Amino acid sequence: MELFLHQVLAGLATGGIYACMALAVVMIYQAIDHLNFAQGEMAMFSTFIAWQLIQWGLPYWLAFGATIAISFVAGVAIERVVLKPLHNAPVLSHVVAFIALLAILNSAAGFIWDYTIKSFPTPFGNGPLFEQGLMSKHDGGMIAVTLLMLAFLYLFFRHTRIGLAMRAAAANPESARLAGIRVGWMTALGWGMAAAIGSVAGMLIAPVVFLEPNMMLSILLYGFAGAVVGGLTSPGGAVLGGFLVGIVENLAGTYIPVVGREMKLTIALFIIVAVLCVKPSGLFGRPIVTRV
Amino acid sequence: MMLRRTIETRGPPAAEVAGMATPAWRVIVFVLGIVVLATIPFVLKNFYIFQITLAVIYAIAILGLNLLTGFNGQFSLGHSAFYAIGAYTAAIMMDGFDISYIWTLPAAAMVCFVFGFLFGLPALRLENIYLALATFALAIAIPQVLKSSLVEHWTGGVQGISIIKPDAPFGLPLNSDQWLYVYTILVAVVMYVGAHNLVKSRTGRALIAIRDHPIAASAMGINVSLYKSLTFGVSALYTGVAGALGALAISFVAPDSFTFQLAVALFVGLVVGGVASISGTLFGGLFVLFVPNIAEHFSKGLAGAVYGVILLLVIYLMPTGAAGLVRLIVSRLVQQGRASGR
Amino acid sequence: MRMNKRALLTSIAASAVAAAAGPAFAEKKYGPGASDTEIKVGNTMPYSGPASAYGLIGKSIEAYYKKINAEGGVNGRKINFISYDDAYSPPKTVEQVRKLVESDEVLLVFQPLGTPSNSAIHKYMNAKKVPQLFVATGATKWGDPKNFPWTMGWQPNYQSEGRIYAEYLMKNRPQGKIGILFQNDDYGKDYVKGMKDGLGDKAKTMIVSEQPYETSDPTVDSQIINLKSSSADVFFNVTTPKFAAQAIKKAHEIGWTPLHLLNNVSNSVGSVLKPAGLDASKDILSTAYLKDPTDSTWDNDPGKKDWLAFMDKYFPEGDKTSSFTVYGYSVAQTLLQVLKQCGDDLTRENVMKQAASLKDLQLAMALPGIKINTSEKDFFPFEQMQMQKFNGERWELFGPIMSGEVGS
Repeated sequence: MELFLHQVLAGLATGGIYACMALAVVMIYQAIDHLNFAQGEMAMFSTFIAWQLIQWGLPYWLAFGATIAISFVAGVAIERVVLKPLHNAPVLSHVVAFIALLAILNSAAGFIWDYTIKSFPTPFGNGPLFEQGLMSKHDGGMIAVTLLMLAFLYLFFRHTRIGLAMRAAAANPESARLAGIRVGWMTALGWGMAAAIGSVAGMLIAPVVFLEPNMMLSILLYGFAGAVVGGLTSPGGAVLGGFLVGIVENLAGTYIPVVGREMKLTIALFIIVAVLCVKPSGLFGRPIVTRV
Repeated sequence: MMLRRTIETRGPPAAEVAGMATPAWRVIVFVLGIVVLATIPFVLKNFYIFQITLAVIYAIAILGLNLLTGFNGQFSLGHSAFYAIGAYTAAIMMDGFDISYIWTLPAAAMVCFVFGFLFGLPALRLENIYLALATFALAIAIPQVLKSSLVEHWTGGVQGISIIKPDAPFGLPLNSDQWLYVYTILVAVVMYVGAHNLVKSRTGRALIAIRDHPIAASAMGINVSLYKSLTFGVSALYTGVAGALGALAISFVAPDSFTFQLAVALFVGLVVGGVASISGTLFGGLFVLFVPNIAEHFSKGLAGAVYGVILLLVIYLMPTGAAGLVRLIVSRLVQQGRASGR
Repeated sequence: MRMNKRALLTSIAASAVAAAAGPAFAEKKYGPGASDTEIKVGNTMPYSGPASAYGLIGKSIEAYYKKINAEGGVNGRKINFISYDDAYSPPKTVEQVRKLVESDEVLLVFQPLGTPSNSAIHKYMNAKKVPQLFVATGATKWGDPKNFPWTMGWQPNYQSEGRIYAEYLMKNRPQGKIGILFQNDDYGKDYVKGMKDGLGDKAKTMIVSEQPYETSDPTVDSQIINLKSSSADVFFNVTTPKFAAQAIKKAHEIGWTPLHLLNNVSNSVGSVLKPAGLDASKDILSTAYLKDPTDSTWDNDPGKKDWLAFMDKYFPEGDKTSSFTVYGYSVAQTLLQVLKQCGDDLTRENVMKQAASLKDLQLAMALPGIKINTSEKDFFPFEQMQMQKFNGERWELFGPIMSGEVGS
């Protein structure tokens, strides 16, 4: 029983990592209506920028803010420079462009900052949050920030004109354009926001997993999984999905004999696919209705 | 949603694919191609023969993916799994049971068809991004499953399996690289002719109809679920055969050979070759094999970045793939020809 | 005995003179890839893809041969180091190695990296009779001269190291309860096998928990919690640098303080212990055969000074805290010695023959007293290691030089 509790708590802590990333995934999905495979590498690159700023002597929170701003601008720039020319290309070509971006960012980060792991500071202090020390202060802080971002996104998409316009631009570009929404800039804005949220995620994740160019490769997959299982259209669902994935993975690894330890990721993914088969748009997503 | 919409507008319309006449230039290109292919093993070094063999093998794998994604509109980022299953089927048969390599291809084909068909059943419930995630999960899971202690006895676990490259039969004066090339080409011809006929047939039109408008297709009496799962099976069959050939060419299989990077590479090959183009897959195969080599010529430290830049440039220059570019050039030429003839 | 560079050079010169007396030097003999002016050496490394961290080894080797060539080469011949990217994918390794052998026609293939990659070319190299020399992996199968006379390892193999820890435990903690965290691949499993073999019958009772992880796992937190709750009081940590740092940090955070045995792969002060926290790393035990470049013990050591001078001049962009640069430097020196011994007989046969006759070779960056020895029957160049304990600042060597030999 004690082990069970410990694993659930540890799952919550790692789930926080996934939830953070899942939020960034939902953000980009709301803006461009599909997933961005380079998102993890963008977050990693932002985190390296923050690390570099801190190395140059900037205080943590200043570096934190500057990184968010830089990431936002870079996200907009990537959309305008790299993806705008592909405006009329098929979506599959977009996916290939994401793969190209992933390769470029990963290789460039390794070239500039090399592959040795780097420790990234945490603003929440070291040490355990509770007495048994299963969750660190940083884990707690990370979850809190994730929930804050969630609240922000919820308000943004539900209650601001620009948030609504963005959703409209992604869901139905033609009609949105007719309604006077500048679809191109909405998309770019979405990229900027996704990059900014990704940079926050990266800066929160790096203290736990250590900073290096490949740190996001697998975390992005978990982020996708969390977002998809919770529902890509629902920021709250995505966060919950991230926590679920973290917990399910730990419990599978601990309690399923033999195969559990060796294949916990496989089992977690299997469970997700099973969930999707029953609820194709995720646990909290809106069902898709096709117009004939 | 988006995926289907765009394939619908970008891929060649069903009528064009099914009913395109075979103009004279196509026949000439075809004959020329055969001549070139036939002379390769006698003029090039073994190493280059081996490389071309590999490129053709990747092309077959991409063809499998194209049947699924290009013609049937089902997204897959997990075809490395079927490639791996084909490769392991061949390796286990040859190493564990001493069965001749000749029989490994039909066996790999069958195993992969069944596997693909079964995977296609739950995949029916999933669309686009959800299907992409499910297939991607499959690609991630396969290396873990292959090295799991449950199947280690057959798969050799993390150490993999070494097999022996087949020699030419009937005392043909070919070395093993040359023979494998000939063998691969023969298999490829069968596979490509098969795919061509499939796409042009009634079944092929049904597949394309499902891609372009599933609801209308089912209203027309097409059994959408059955066709979709069957396509998954056939697609896996193609990729599995390529995997078995790949195992022969490399003479070694290990879980690390079939990571999700392979799935991504196959997907990239599909798009740069041209979605819903059968001949484009050959370009895709060449791209998958040679572009990483070109990239590392420029810079070792930035090999990945150079690869990414090349990929971006290719996508900019040919947003609809090599096949799309060729189609565009041909139609321009034809138009010009008409204009000057007038 | 501590040797400086001059002593090393003298010993190299001495052995060259000794070899020069032999009949092999009577006439020049060249295999493919060797000529009066150059020697072609082939190599594959993961410069791209998820294992690209190791690419640093290839770049260090390249820089070292740049230095050798600038200083006149080996016996007047320049070393042409041709290194290709295999992205850690076995099929790509096969392709690149065939390119090296059949198209570039190199004399030998040196330091291809990774167990799966080397397994993929193992049979090919031996069928073609091309040296597959000093492979960059610690699996045991590379030292099998009877069946694979063209393949040789270099670093101490993982199983031997596992045995060394087992030996230590049998002596000092015979009642210990061991928890193992290991990477679920050939490397991790080899370590675990070495440990189990070393413990013998006691393995079943002493090992209370084995926790594998995949390189795709974001963290190993869950495994560490399982290990703690298995009430293990010895922690055998078989992980690569990133996961080692995570494990050290997590164990410290949850207040688990077992006897901590950390594998040599991840005992770099600069790139593992410092990021994990020096405080958390205190009292960890490990083994070593090369000098840690970030360890202040060696600050006045001539071998390290030479290495630093080399890094500054020929590889200024290289990471001086990483053990990979030391590794690349040392393995490149080993091949250099082999080529020197070959003299003017640069055939593939002679390369293997000379590689199998290295005697008491003390490399500048190897620990004092740890020497390379090979023979016709012994294809394991490094077999010795020494245990060390981290005092919160640097490693302190202790105990005798050990050699948990296997296989030979």
